[in-house]
Formats: sequence, C-alpha cells, structure tokens
Amino acid sequence: MTHSTPRTAPAPESTGTPEDAVEPLLVGSGLRKSFGLTQALEDASLSLYPGEIVAVMGPSGSGKSTLLHCLAGIVRPDGGRVGYGDTDLTEVSDSRLSDLRRTEFGFLFQFGQLVPELSCVENVALPLRLGGESRRRAERTAVDWLERLDVAEVAGKTPGECSGGQGQRVAVARALITRPRVVFADEPTGALDSLNGERVIRMLTDAARESRAAVVLVTHEPRVAAYADREVVVRDGRTRDLGGLA
Amino acid sequence: MCIVSRMSLGQTLLGLLETRPQHGYDLKRAYDERFATKRPLAYGQVYATLSRLLKNGLVEVDSVEPGAGPERKRYTVTDAGVTDVERWLASPESPEPYLQSTLYTKVVLALLTGRSADDILDVQRAEHLRQMRELTRRKADGDLSDQLICDHALFHLEADLRWLELTAARLNDLAGEVRGR
Repeated sequence: MTHSTPRTAPAPESTGTPEDAVEPLLVGSGLRKSFGLTQALEDASLSLYPGEIVAVMGPSGSGKSTLLHCLAGIVRPDGGRVGYGDTDLTEVSDSRLSDLRRTEFGFLFQFGQLVPELSCVENVALPLRLGGESRRRAERTAVDWLERLDVAEVAGKTPGECSGGQGQRVAVARALITRPRVVFADEPTGALDSLNGERVIRMLTDAARESRAAVVLVTHEPRVAAYADREVVVRDGRTRDLGGLA
Repeated sequence: MCIVSRMSLGQTLLGLLETRPQHGYDLKRAYDERFATKRPLAYGQVYATLSRLLKNGLVEVDSVEPGAGPERKRYTVTDAGVTDVERWLASPESPEPYLQSTLYTKVVLALLTGRSADDILDVQRAEHLRQMRELTRRKADGDLSDQLICDHALFHLEADLRWLELTAARLNDLAGEVRGR
C-alpha cells in the first residue's frame, strides 16, 4: 500500500518531541467520543512522530484506551480528526480501515489477542497469511520472530499451554511481524508480574526501535511508561502533554 | 514535626502573606494550622525568616500598631516576593525522602492563592518520569547490580508518582477543605 508520509529515522530520545525534525506520522486532534451518557473523550489530541514511543497515562476511566482505539481506527470518534499521512481515519471506509490495520498497524492488548485453537507459530504467522503470504514463508518468518523474542520453545504449543509472559512475547511477535509503522499497545504488561512485565516491555520497545515502528503505549504503570520517549496524560477525557514540563 | 524544610519556610510564609497581609503571630498560627504536623513553628524562626525576607525586599511592613508591649508590625508581600513564590511553585523538587511534605505545601499554597495545583503536580510528574527514563536507560546498559540499584530508585519514584496521581484525583476535595478553613 502506498503512503504519503516518508519513513524517517526515529527521533533522538533525549530531545523530546522532534517537532522541527519531521512531520508527525499520526495526528489525533480535538477528539471527542461518548458511549451513551458517558463522555469518554472531551478534547483529546496526540501527535506521534515516526519511530517514537509515546506513553499514554492516566487514571482508570480517564479515556486513555478510547484515545488509543480512536487513533487506531478501531472506534470512530464523534468529533475531531485522526490524520495518518493524507488519510483522515475518521472518514475512510471500513474496508480501507481494515487494510490499514492489517498492513500498517500492529496491536498488542492486555490479554485475549491470540487465537486459542492455533499454535503460537500459526498465531504469529497469521497477519502475513491474511496478507496472502504462503504458509511456509509466513511460518519461517514467524519462527525468526519467536527466536528474537526468546520464545522459540513454544512455537508448537497453543497459547493456553504458555505462561502469561510467554504468551505476551508471542503477541509482541505477532504485532511486529508485518513491520508495522505504528504499534498500538494497550496495557501490554497489565496482567504480568513485575519481572515478566519488564521483560515484555523491554522486548517490545527494543524490537519496535529496531524496526523503526512508532508505538502508542497505554499504561498506568510509571515503570512501563519510563521505556517511552515521552508521556501524554489523559485526565477526564482531555490530554496533557508532559513533554515540555520537566 | 515541621513538614516544611528550612529552605522553603521563607516561600511558605510569602505564600501565606499573599493571601492577605498578616502579623507575625497570625502567620505562625496559619502556618501551624496548615503545615505543622507535630511541633509548632518557633516564634524565633518566624521573626528571623521575616527579617530575612524584609532585608531581601520580598516583604514590607504594611502598618505598625502600638500596643501594651512591643509594637505589632503587619507584613505584606512585595511584587518581588510574589515572583519568588511563583518561581518556587513552578519548579519541580528533586525526588528525595519526604518530598511529599514540600509538594503538599506547594499544592495547598497554590489552592490558597488561586494558582493551578494541577500544574504543580504535572510539573513534578514530568520531572519524576524524566528521572525514571534516565534510570531505565542506565539499567539497560548496566550489569545485574546496576539493574538492582536502578530498580530500587525506580520503585521509590513510582511510589511518589502514585501519590501524585492520588493527590490529583483529590484536588477538588482538598480545595474545598483548604478554602473552607
């Protein structure tokens, strides 16, 4: 799929938002979303630059997951715009959104994202198979990713036979196998203990940086957010960028 | 125990004076009521601090009232004093044990003087997260003992951040209490 935004090297970590350096890859602005009487987002904005990792933090119910879902085109906001290159994700068709999510975006959730009936290697290969890749080639690439994430030993097992930490590393492999430009991770360590959570977040951020993928990382854990380049706080459906404050 | 360090006592008194001009005695009472958890502030400390603030042009004597004993001076904060409080409130504290005492003082003073307490908490949150990012990077390059030392610091910073989060969630209640006094 063609795209107008140039792929650019990740921004230097120490300089915060590299506004002068490159154009943002993904821009959500003035986002509003309500579910029934609950106003989940009031006025939320977030710009994501190529290759950068942004942590979205905030208390439970503040709207951070809704923000991620709007940015990823999973949920259509009631107002505002989500620009991805020249495309406004709030206006494109469902089939175009599905294409984008399969080819340009990767997803990682707290749990429930792996297909329980498939083996781990089949789960990781799935996005490539859906893109038309042969089973043999897709699974060979999947095994490479499982090795890279240090879980090659579970390749033939089903997700139910894996520990929580192993399952999340398999999910990281699946999120990154298509070399997406943006990874959306929603509380990826939320169900893990400290040690396994640390391992998963380190592997996710290392692999994303190597692949030059940008990451929107929703987390309520400061130690997880510390792996990001900067933080945005969501409070009562409104965003606040902490980048320039310290 | 007095919760405000000697360093920030001056700014705390300036902040209290910003709410209205006060005598040294009233200032001590306002301070004890809000910030002294165990031992009240000594009069000597109040007057020594006021005299330093006077010398530095941060407060001035608003009026002098004769009484049976010594004259009673009423102090008011100067523009330079307001700027000093402003600067202190806007700068993050270095994370250290009992940091929350100074932060609590800043939050209460912000609420009393009509400033944004959210801003104070966010500035501090940004500073904590900046330090946590630095430690996380150091940990990635270090051996196991470096990792354990960094983790110790990271868990402490995280505890502070949780306190900041909880305080942010309770700001409306705190504002009601502080302004109702």
